[in-house]
Amino acid sequence: MHNKIEDIEVRLLLEAIHLKYHYDFRGYAMASIKRRLIQARDRFGCRTISMLQDLVLHDESILMELMGYLTVQVSELFRDPAYFKAIRETVVPHLKTYPSLKVWIAGCSTGEEVYSFAILFREEGLEDRTIFYATDINQDSLRKAEAGVYGLDRMRLFTENHRLSGGKSSLSDYYTAAYGAATFDKSLRKRIVFSDHSLVTDAVFAETQLVSCRNVLIYFNKDLQNRAIGLFRDSLSNRGFLGLGAKETLRFSSHVDGFAEFARDERLYQKREEA
Amino acid sequence: MDGRYPLKGSRAVVIGASAGGLQALSAILPHLPEDYDPVLVCIHLPPHKNSVVAELFADKCRMSVVEADDKAPIEAGTIYFAPPDYHLLVEQDHSLSLSNEAPVYFSRPSIDVLFETAAEAYGEDLTGIVLSGANEDGAAGLRAVIDAGGRGLIQMPKGAYARLMPESAIAACPEARVLPLEQIAAELTGDAS
Repeated sequence: MHNKIEDIEVRLLLEAIHLKYHYDFRGYAMASIKRRLIQARDRFGCRTISMLQDLVLHDESILMELMGYLTVQVSELFRDPAYFKAIRETVVPHLKTYPSLKVWIAGCSTGEEVYSFAILFREEGLEDRTIFYATDINQDSLRKAEAGVYGLDRMRLFTENHRLSGGKSSLSDYYTAAYGAATFDKSLRKRIVFSDHSLVTDAVFAETQLVSCRNVLIYFNKDLQNRAIGLFRDSLSNRGFLGLGAKETLRFSSHVDGFAEFARDERLYQKREEA
Repeated sequence: MDGRYPLKGSRAVVIGASAGGLQALSAILPHLPEDYDPVLVCIHLPPHKNSVVAELFADKCRMSVVEADDKAPIEAGTIYFAPPDYHLLVEQDHSLSLSNEAPVYFSRPSIDVLFETAAEAYGEDLTGIVLSGANEDGAAGLRAVIDAGGRGLIQMPKGAYARLMPESAIAACPEARVLPLEQIAAELTGDAS
């Protein structure tokens, strides 16, 4: 029975956050967000999630810290190199036929993915005709993304990922190392627009040719996934591309018929032409 | 999220394994009939490796074997492996979720995460099995399975490749049945008939 009380408390807390701060986590996948809120409860020294609700309703600074539990920030440059290799080898030739390109990195977290795309597009000669939209709801993550500073200890992994993705240059060309940190070249940012955008509550803002949204939908329940994929579908031009995380699929989505599988193992989809 | 859980009339099995786990699973999974209850497996493997474990077992098993996709409905006759570097969770509507949140006991996937969420979704209709391994993951999870009314089985530490995981589970769950590896499959299929 204890678990059922916690379910009630989690739903009330998410409702409270929505009413007070307009962040809407009510459609997030329950099993995972409940685990993270129990961790937050313990972190804030609360006996119950209801007590955490009391704290967050009356102190906005708690919300900022709680956002680190409500959203999950895990990323790497060129994470799943096979994904970027498939984009390089099979999607880029299509993109090269467009005079101008818009690419949406949805749920960009701390920016690793958008820098991966900026580097890949530079290597493939597409950067100058592209605008990247990097969006997230977590302001703290967006600030980190815009700064483009990562631990030097992560560069070995990032370099190996980049190489496996078919990288045509050396990753060290794109950052300067100092004091244990790698700062990515600000020239990579000149085509990137960082923006606060919610897949839960906001609308489409641009017509795009490629949307990459990886390991974001796993935190949504099915209804919310359908909403987000609907936004991508509306944003993409005919025969535009959608890339998902390695274990995400459109198979269980109401939009499954709106897309064709383009590279099955790499979870790349192509929007079907609309009548 | 309509409060009707645990859903009645469907059962499931969750299995956790670590060091020595592939060998232990080989003594169980191939013996299950093709229409057996869904089996969810969390085995610790090095991250950043393309998992071949599902393919490995697909050839040996009568049940279908897949690496779990996010939001897949849990279906009888199927063995689901947690993908490397993701936690595998069970939702109340008996679908699967994945998560990249922090490792638990240095493990992602975590056996505790799978077992605890499955216990909430399946209640007394769940069997949890802890096999060979060299860490303590799974003990708290099996505790949750039993507390929710489910059944706990543990591989006998004597003869296991690594004893710490079964021993930790026994310490946390004295009421679980401790069986030699070769009797676990018989226990499962005997129950199914």
